[in-house]
Amino acid sequence: MDIRSKVIEIIADQAIIETSDVNDESTLEGLGIDSLGLVESIFAIEEAFDIQVPFNANQPNESSFDLSSVATIVQGIEKLIQEQS
Amino acid sequence: MKRVVITGAGTINSIGQNVPQTLNSFKEGRCGISDLNFKDVERLSIKIGGQIHDFEPDKHFNRQQLSLYDRYTQLTLIAANEAIEESGLVFNGQLAASTGVVLGTAGGGVSTWDDNYRAVYEEGKNRVHPFVVPKLMNNAAASHLSMKYNLKGPTFTVSTACASSNHAMAQAFQIVRSAQSPVMVTGGSESMLCFGGVKAWEGLRVMSKDACRPFSLNRNGMVQGEGAAIFVFEELEHARRRGANIICEVKGFAMSSDAADIVNPSKQGAARAISNALQDAQVNVEDVGYINAHGTGTAANDKTECSAVADVFGHHADKIMISSTKSMHGHIIGGTGAVELMACILALREGIIAPTIGYEEHDPECALDVVPNEAREAKVELAISNAFAFGGLNAVLVLQKV
Repeated sequence: MDIRSKVIEIIADQAIIETSDVNDESTLEGLGIDSLGLVESIFAIEEAFDIQVPFNANQPNESSFDLSSVATIVQGIEKLIQEQS
Repeated sequence: MKRVVITGAGTINSIGQNVPQTLNSFKEGRCGISDLNFKDVERLSIKIGGQIHDFEPDKHFNRQQLSLYDRYTQLTLIAANEAIEESGLVFNGQLAASTGVVLGTAGGGVSTWDDNYRAVYEEGKNRVHPFVVPKLMNNAAASHLSMKYNLKGPTFTVSTACASSNHAMAQAFQIVRSAQSPVMVTGGSESMLCFGGVKAWEGLRVMSKDACRPFSLNRNGMVQGEGAAIFVFEELEHARRRGANIICEVKGFAMSSDAADIVNPSKQGAARAISNALQDAQVNVEDVGYINAHGTGTAANDKTECSAVADVFGHHADKIMISSTKSMHGHIIGGTGAVELMACILALREGIIAPTIGYEEHDPECALDVVPNEAREAKVELAISNAFAFGGLNAVLVLQKV
């Protein structure tokens, strides 16, 4: 599966926008995804790639998984797939 | 003490997806009980219920709302929309700050529990959707209603099994009567028609496999239903000043506990709730024309209820009409008192008494006028609505024509 296009699909779905409006530099905040939308996105990512994303909503900035942009999310997923396979 | 009136009503249940449809079904004695339709129904021994079949949630709610709204919340919001629209009220400023929501539900988001237990136990999944908790909690419906209409006053959920919505409406009534707020939104909702919800009830061996026949000698148990009804309770002068359409007056209420048995009903507990409600309303037993019975169709409830009514009303019991609309929409558990209040409204406003359908054989232990099978025209000034829950918790409301 193409990780990048799947991530873009999940994020676009959550933000209720077209996938063409999401790019590598897009941030979840910039696309209007709030804290509930963030945990829902993480859930969708875990389901899609069968991985466990380390994330605690109490300490969103201390996660080792970098959620700052589409590009960092894709990198994080690739790393997790490698580690967890 | 303030006088309290109802200025808006809304409902969705198996015999109507709004108030006019529901009242028509009451008039026609239409039965909403049918074959249940959901996953694993074939593993149940009880396969009938008052299920709302022609309801498409995605026509009413968007995907994000559906991820947060259990079916019981969906039903609540649909009923609330009808009620608040009818009331004509818009909530802002001081009115928004004081108006709250008191709802009744016994189980809350039962199908959300069911779906997710299935996912982790049966399907072996190790993660569930992040909104499982906010979706299943018993106050989810009250909270979403409060958010949708900007209602910032006292808001909570009452859970007393089959009396939940009567207890809830009694609380809302007290808040308006004691001038804490001129308006409250209240009622109840229940939707436990899923595999786990019905399986749990099956265990008690009190369910009928064919029909709900309250007061009939050949009755063989209760039938579950689902639905919601929501009302706008408003202080009389507040309603008059704005020229609101007044549906009826809420005159009084009482609650009691049997303090006896976790499932078996008590005549004394029920009778105390009825007579205390009449006392609270400051009315005489002779003034009551209609009783919307708890009337579950179980052997124990119906004879106990009739006996309690006979005790409270004495000779007048022979002149009272008492019917159970559970024969049509099923037992809506925590939402049932709210949906059944519609039958009291029909009696007071239109002078039509909803029947007890499915009635086949006279039971000497239920020797009251149960309005068998066909609706009847009658002038009624005062009606009461009974709810007697498992756990021995009783709540009775008194309503008057305006």
